[in-house]
Amino acid sequence: MEAIYLLFILLLSIFVGFELIQKVPATLHTPLMSGANAISGITVVGALALAGDETLGEYAMYLGAFAVFLATINVVGGYLVTDRMLAMFKKKQ
Amino acid sequence: MTSNIDLVINFTYVISAALFIFGLKLLGHPSSARKGNLVSAVAMLLAIVVTLLDNNIVNFQWIAIAMLAGGVVGFFAARLVAMTDMPEMVSLLNGVGGLASVFVAWATIQSGAGLTAFILIVTFLALLIGGVTFSGSIVAWAKLSERITGRAVTFSGQAIVNVIIVLAIVATGYAFVAQPDFALSSAEVLYVALALSLLFGIMLVLPIGGADMPVVISLLNSYSGLAACAAGFALQNNILIVAGSLVGASGIILTNIMCKAMNRSLSNVLFSGFMAVHKSDMVIEGEVKPLSADDAFYVLEAAQSVVVIPGYGMAVAQAQHVMKELQIQLEENDCEVAYAIHPVAGRMPGHMNVLLAEADVSYEHLFEMDDINKRIENFDVAMVIGANDVVNPAAREMKGSPIYGMPVINADLAKNVFVLKRGMASGFAGIDNPLFFKPNTRMIFGDAKETLSSIVRQFND
Repeated sequence: MEAIYLLFILLLSIFVGFELIQKVPATLHTPLMSGANAISGITVVGALALAGDETLGEYAMYLGAFAVFLATINVVGGYLVTDRMLAMFKKKQ
Repeated sequence: MTSNIDLVINFTYVISAALFIFGLKLLGHPSSARKGNLVSAVAMLLAIVVTLLDNNIVNFQWIAIAMLAGGVVGFFAARLVAMTDMPEMVSLLNGVGGLASVFVAWATIQSGAGLTAFILIVTFLALLIGGVTFSGSIVAWAKLSERITGRAVTFSGQAIVNVIIVLAIVATGYAFVAQPDFALSSAEVLYVALALSLLFGIMLVLPIGGADMPVVISLLNSYSGLAACAAGFALQNNILIVAGSLVGASGIILTNIMCKAMNRSLSNVLFSGFMAVHKSDMVIEGEVKPLSADDAFYVLEAAQSVVVIPGYGMAVAQAQHVMKELQIQLEENDCEVAYAIHPVAGRMPGHMNVLLAEADVSYEHLFEMDDINKRIENFDVAMVIGANDVVNPAAREMKGSPIYGMPVINADLAKNVFVLKRGMASGFAGIDNPLFFKPNTRMIFGDAKETLSSIVRQFND
């Protein structure tokens, strides 16, 4: 039953995603992509649970910590670079 | 039995998901996009902080080190990267995201706790999609930064090799789920699955050529989200599924837009490298008429309206800044300047927009293909800077041309067309461009940056 409930979430989020992104103008496609990429760094949340749980064994913790490292690059790098790009998009003076 | 802490965490995830959605909504308009990015970052911060409250997380030593190191790397990468290297940067970030999912999947398997068949399937998927995203993005990055050739790389029997890889992946997947005891006791199955997914990613991107890169980057962007989504299923974590599928959906839409802009199906883009090169026996009548930068100046000085059509060549020549200088000169001369941006101009979705934004060109001067095509006949001059296939009239008038049917900017319909180009080499698609032979077209050969600078100098004199 848990799997079905998760599939429900998946389905609804994909539809929301389609609705949201369809309206983004071509001008913003690159920042959209890097901003979306930063969001995909959400893996960090999953990685944290693995990196800090001692009951899972040392090996799993190290692997989890490395995933935290990678996902943090994704999050920090993604948001900052998107912000840098968006700061350049200016209106006419 | 759900503890209070779990309740708090999951409730915060709901807020976080709402903020992600709200952030993406704000990203839909240039004036609110920066705020949208910030809202999305706050959502991420919220999710991370609340996750650390989890009772199961007891050891913070490695977490602190990993987050600090990742934060430093991410910070400097984002600060130091040149705007012109943005396609490479986005590829690398996609790849890093994919690799993170690989390690989450690996750690999940290694922990060995409560692995039902369902969890094994989704963990395997996270490993697979993450691996493909990582190696595919690295190949895309190498192509974009010209560390390897940007052309399609093919060899005979490639299709057969790919089929074998897919079958092997299915076999390891089966071993994983059907024989978990065997698969988990011997790490070899995991390594084989990982190696196969990495190999598959490489094989997927290698046969795709430079001009199709916008499709590949969007697709890999989508995969990085789907990998996070699969990791969310493996860990039964709602926020991973929501955020991952939002990214997956956004990547799929971008991929679709890019494919439509080339009038090709996704499978055509992915597999056309295997097909025989299309040889056109059509002969284009007419002669090429070169023009000097000095003569171009006189025409531009008299022009009332100019439309600029940039392509990847503008990025290569770094001509966007001098183009902005020319725009200022033209506007002081009471000439309207518009930029027409084709969806697949450049190497990633929105590439030209970022370059022009960097050169301080207001986004209100940038027009999409359909807007400009409606009124292209009214422009005195169309300046094509380093673009080729996206202005090729063969797409409109030559049935049988490989790009026939592709939506293009109808530069040839403007009163005068200036094509700034290094030489007469054909575009990426390897097809002649009848635009160069039209009676109203003048070719200005040479480096686009130098040509534009010399026109700007003329205006200053």
